Amino acid sequence: MIAAHYAALQVVAPLIAAPLCVLLRRGALAWLVTVAVSWIALAIAIQLLVQVMATGPVSYELGGWAAPWGIEYRVDSVNAFVLLIVSGISAVAAPYAHHTVVREIPEDRHYLFYSAYLLCLTGLLGITITGDAFNVFVFLEISSLSSYALISLGGERKALTAAYQYLVMGTIGATFFLIGVGLIYAMTGTLNMADIAARLDPVEHTRTVLAAFAFIIVGLGLKLALFPLHLWLPNAYAYAPSAVTVLLAATATKVAVYTMLRFVFTLFGADFALDVTFFAEFLIALALVGVFAASITAVFQNNVKRMLAYSSVAQVGYMMLGVGFFSVTGLTGGIVHLFNHALMKGALFMALGAVFYRLGSVRIEHMRGLGRQMPLTMFAFVLGGLSLIGLPLTVGFISKWYLILAALERGWWPIAGLILLSSLLAVAYVWRVVEAAYFRDPPPDRPRATEAPLALLVPTWILTLANFYFGIDTSVTVGVAADAARALLGEGG
Amino acid sequence: MRHHVILRVIAKLGIPFIVLFALYVQFHGDFGPGGGFQAGVIFGAAFILYALIFGLDNALEAAPMNVVVAFIAIGLLLFAGVGVAALLLGGNYLDYGALADDPVAGQHLGILLVELGVGITVAAVMIAVFFTFADRGR
Repeated sequence: MIAAHYAALQVVAPLIAAPLCVLLRRGALAWLVTVAVSWIALAIAIQLLVQVMATGPVSYELGGWAAPWGIEYRVDSVNAFVLLIVSGISAVAAPYAHHTVVREIPEDRHYLFYSAYLLCLTGLLGITITGDAFNVFVFLEISSLSSYALISLGGERKALTAAYQYLVMGTIGATFFLIGVGLIYAMTGTLNMADIAARLDPVEHTRTVLAAFAFIIVGLGLKLALFPLHLWLPNAYAYAPSAVTVLLAATATKVAVYTMLRFVFTLFGADFALDVTFFAEFLIALALVGVFAASITAVFQNNVKRMLAYSSVAQVGYMMLGVGFFSVTGLTGGIVHLFNHALMKGALFMALGAVFYRLGSVRIEHMRGLGRQMPLTMFAFVLGGLSLIGLPLTVGFISKWYLILAALERGWWPIAGLILLSSLLAVAYVWRVVEAAYFRDPPPDRPRATEAPLALLVPTWILTLANFYFGIDTSVTVGVAADAARALLGEGG
Repeated sequence: MRHHVILRVIAKLGIPFIVLFALYVQFHGDFGPGGGFQAGVIFGAAFILYALIFGLDNALEAAPMNVVVAFIAIGLLLFAGVGVAALLLGGNYLDYGALADDPVAGQHLGILLVELGVGITVAAVMIAVFFTFADRGR
């Protein structure tokens, strides 16, 4: 009986756990609830993915109201994969959170932290699972509002400005998105995604629909930190508490990218998007400029968290590049990079969180000589960095491989060259950290740092090893991503 | 506000009726204009008026902050719990029809409880926001 309700429970489990954490009022109890619910969510996501791969899309009518009148939850191979990413990262990040939260957040706010964490998870899972355009907005707000609160819990005062900046930009993005959905509703009279897709054809060439497309792309562009709309991201990631950075960096932008995929391909359709003058070219240009501008900025950062945040902007560029190719290979590369980037950034930010736990700082000059004092943490960082660069046997290689294949398929040699060139920039900024940690002496005034506790090391290494496992055995990730790409482009699957 | 006799007397007279009106808007919402959100705002306004006239300390004594915060969670739990109850009784999530033998009665009961959840959370959030700002710099 429960199996029929997995789609609803995916969102409801964290939604109910969030107020429960407030009632418990004990940080440790709230943490246990968070971990349990994150694991339940992961189990449900796996079940849903298996179900979707075996029998096709799963549809769930919320409140028993049939679509298109009621809200429909609809899981197909695309969002089943994203659900797996979000809940998988949370399942590793929640156990990791305990130590860093104790260290970084005042004790009377612990239960509120976990409550906001669960609400953020609810929102991210909700955006992904819903088949209703307005419902996306509602969950977008749930995840955004809770992430503003989470970021503002960061220890430094700058966290408040960072959260405020994100709040302003995020609200503009959400409003633009809502205006776009409103315009679509005005033209089609429906909010159900599948229904919109069916009814958009006759009115496709009106200005209103074109304006809706523009509003939605810009709005989501803000949320997914598409260059040059990324300005909120570096500060938000740099000053948020460690566990929050892990969760947001590995999931939030991914979900926004998914939403863009869903709207561009399922609602408007690839043909419509290609008809929009220069849309694909524009996307590719922005993606490439973003990759280079953000990577070059990353090289010059002294705060390593900020460095990786800029690197995230660059990685979003790769995903958008995959979208811009408008081909099965390109989309496969883009979608598989959602998963792969979540793994590498998750691992890297976790390692940094462990460094912060011991040093109270992640500035590069403070991390000198850390390779000998925290060998396991720093080695995880190095491996994560290699994955970010795209070394063979790591997941980063898989993503770039498909992106380059897609570029060659179209005969765009220069783009393939640029992708390779941009990897060198990743080498540059990862090397700066490696050099400081392994080839410099520790600063004399710094007390000797010891290895991070196991509670931090185990999650870090789970994600680090996943970088290699999914870099060698790509049958699951690339298989599902290719299936999702075909489904989005309407070529069966 | 100790010397403003008129304000104190009128507020004392008015607050019970404001609360009563909030409950009317809450529970009559399925037959007339109203519902949980409006009722919650009116209910919260009664507390805020009390705090403005009689001081924050008295208001905090009537509604301690941790109780208010707990009610924020209770309202949401009530809403989500109704959904789960429907699910356990054999319907889809939030399918109120499953709550009673007669689907129409079930729908009625479901929306009443859900709106009560909304009302509780909205009132508690209003009060909490006011207390938080009023408490700053003290």
